[in-house]
Amino acid sequence: MHMRNGVGDIGSVLLLGGSSEIGIASVRALAPKSRILLAGRPSIELETATRELNALAPVEVLDLDAADIDSHARVIDAAFATGDIDVIVLAIGVLGDQGQHEQDPSVAVATATATYTGPMSLALHCARHLRTQGHGTLVVLSSVAADRPRRANFVYGSAKSGLDAFARGLDAALAGSGASVVVVRPGFVHTRMTAGRSPAPLATGPSEVGQVVARAVRRRSRIAYAPAALRPVMLALRALPEPIFRRLPMS
Amino acid sequence: MNEVVTPQLLTGWGRSTWSAATIAAPRSVDEVVDLVNNAPARGILARGMGRSYGDAAQNAGGTVLDLSAFNDITIHGRDVRVGAGVVLSDLIDVLLAHRLFVPVTPGTSQVTVAGLLAADVHGKNHHIDGSWANHVTSIEIVTGDGQVRTLRPDDESAQQFWATAGGMGLTGIVTALTFTAIPVASDQMRVTTRRIPDLGTLMDAMRAADTTARYSVAWIDSTGLTGPIGRGILTTAEHDDRPGHAAHAPRPARTLTMPARIPSGLLRPFTVGAFNSAYYRLMGREGTNVAMPLRTYFHPLDGIAEWNRVYGKRGFVQYQFVVPDASAWVINTALQLLHSIGAPSAVSVLKRFGAANPGPLSFPMPGWTLALDIPIGPPALAATLDHLDDIVITAGGREYLAKDARMSPWSLRRGYPRLGEWQETAAEMDPRGIFTSDLDRRLNLRGDR
Repeated sequence: MHMRNGVGDIGSVLLLGGSSEIGIASVRALAPKSRILLAGRPSIELETATRELNALAPVEVLDLDAADIDSHARVIDAAFATGDIDVIVLAIGVLGDQGQHEQDPSVAVATATATYTGPMSLALHCARHLRTQGHGTLVVLSSVAADRPRRANFVYGSAKSGLDAFARGLDAALAGSGASVVVVRPGFVHTRMTAGRSPAPLATGPSEVGQVVARAVRRRSRIAYAPAALRPVMLALRALPEPIFRRLPMS
Repeated sequence: MNEVVTPQLLTGWGRSTWSAATIAAPRSVDEVVDLVNNAPARGILARGMGRSYGDAAQNAGGTVLDLSAFNDITIHGRDVRVGAGVVLSDLIDVLLAHRLFVPVTPGTSQVTVAGLLAADVHGKNHHIDGSWANHVTSIEIVTGDGQVRTLRPDDESAQQFWATAGGMGLTGIVTALTFTAIPVASDQMRVTTRRIPDLGTLMDAMRAADTTARYSVAWIDSTGLTGPIGRGILTTAEHDDRPGHAAHAPRPARTLTMPARIPSGLLRPFTVGAFNSAYYRLMGREGTNVAMPLRTYFHPLDGIAEWNRVYGKRGFVQYQFVVPDASAWVINTALQLLHSIGAPSAVSVLKRFGAANPGPLSFPMPGWTLALDIPIGPPALAATLDHLDDIVITAGGREYLAKDARMSPWSLRRGYPRLGEWQETAAEMDPRGIFTSDLDRRLNLRGDR
């Protein structure tokens, strides 16, 4: 099966960020019927994911260094040269350490590049191919941190804000092309990236986020929260005046 | 010369998958040849009225031809030559003025004659008259090598003729065809309606009608809300043979257009059940040989424009399969299975099929065909329909490509054992493999190219 069908079954999935726990869980939940492409740096996680996901569909691995912007065109061209791709999951970003970000601006910029401009470059290359093939969904993993920057992680939050705004704009730009963009905003997710940090309310795991991703793709949603209960919470938080927001314990 | 516009978003009648293609509207066979010779990398496909339920009339990223300029109708006795883009509704108007009628019509008149051929469409008279291609005497087609050919069922082009009948538009661009019309005395039907309280009795009555009724169809209550699943209304009909005002077939007034935005999930088991119960009581008004205008009988839903929108944003699937007589039990199994997952069909239609024709991808085979409209939503729907595919195919049946939006390539291969033969003929007619569609991509219909 080389194309998505009418009841939401997916043919092929490309994961950008092949060792991302949320990304891998998303591929698993999307349950592609024909093939899986994992693009990432060689790692134990990527190897394990390749083995595990092979049970769903044949897996191909592409070497992708997200920090090497110049290589993006080549890697994405190679991915689409293998055939049509129904769903792309863009799961690339680093949380970084806020203290270090504030002390060393070059580290802050590296976090911003890895979380915002790098994924932006990949998304634009994907969008070009989606336009050509006339169908397909790009899932951009954003964060609730994009909704309102917090004291505790505003470098990461601002990068996600940028990516989130970019993704919504890209969806508007793709209107009528047959392709679309889904923005998924998880809250606190228990992963390697957040290990050792105290979880925020409504914390989830990667597989819950994966389920949200799959559901959003099937329903052709534009924005989805993981868990869904975060939507009203974030709506309220966005409306809160700054002085009150700052006094909240989680900010 | 050709009007080429920016990509346009296309979907099927079920509104369940969408993709974009560049539309071209050629006005002559030469222009079609030109477009075929210059087909883009993602191929080319003709689209009629977009009444296929799934992705058969979409070609993501490629070219889609609008052949509405091919609208000639020429009548010589009962031989009628029609341009590919002629819409059945207009054709019927012209034919009735000559006291003629189409030999086969589906449940809507909003289809093109080339679309009827591509899906080898059947009507309520399949058990007597076969499907559309049985009445086609020649096909004018531009094949993938840019040749303009005429295909006939009874000469050396027969294999290509039958590959094109039911070939879902993947053997070439049909520009015109000739078929044999049937004579009618008037624009009236004589309709007999019977309410039948259970499925077994209904199926017995339909079998009995095989030899006595030219047109026969049953509407089935699949919901079980106020009566047993499978009770139904059997209508049998004949053309009224008393001379009447054939030229004045009134079209049903278009009084209704479905609003553009209807929320998904409106059609829940309860609302569907209530609708089915009401339909059983109100529409099943019994009567024998009641006069009815031909259009009201054949195309009841054409009075509501865009009725498919009632299923909301996520759309719906129409699931239609055929099983041989020996596997009649599958009809009940299918109804029970869908009921068990809370996915009752809003409109369920049961028909008899007669002999198959030689088309390798033609859908009908002798037996029973059930068509179900199912709103997309129940989480178990995809897996349940896959399971139902297995039951249908193991029972010797198959699914209808014109309705399909979700079967697997594996189900296609098992249900259409002559697929390989069809692929060889299609490859001869289109060696470069330029004719493609989203249906083709999803099911790998044309095979690896």
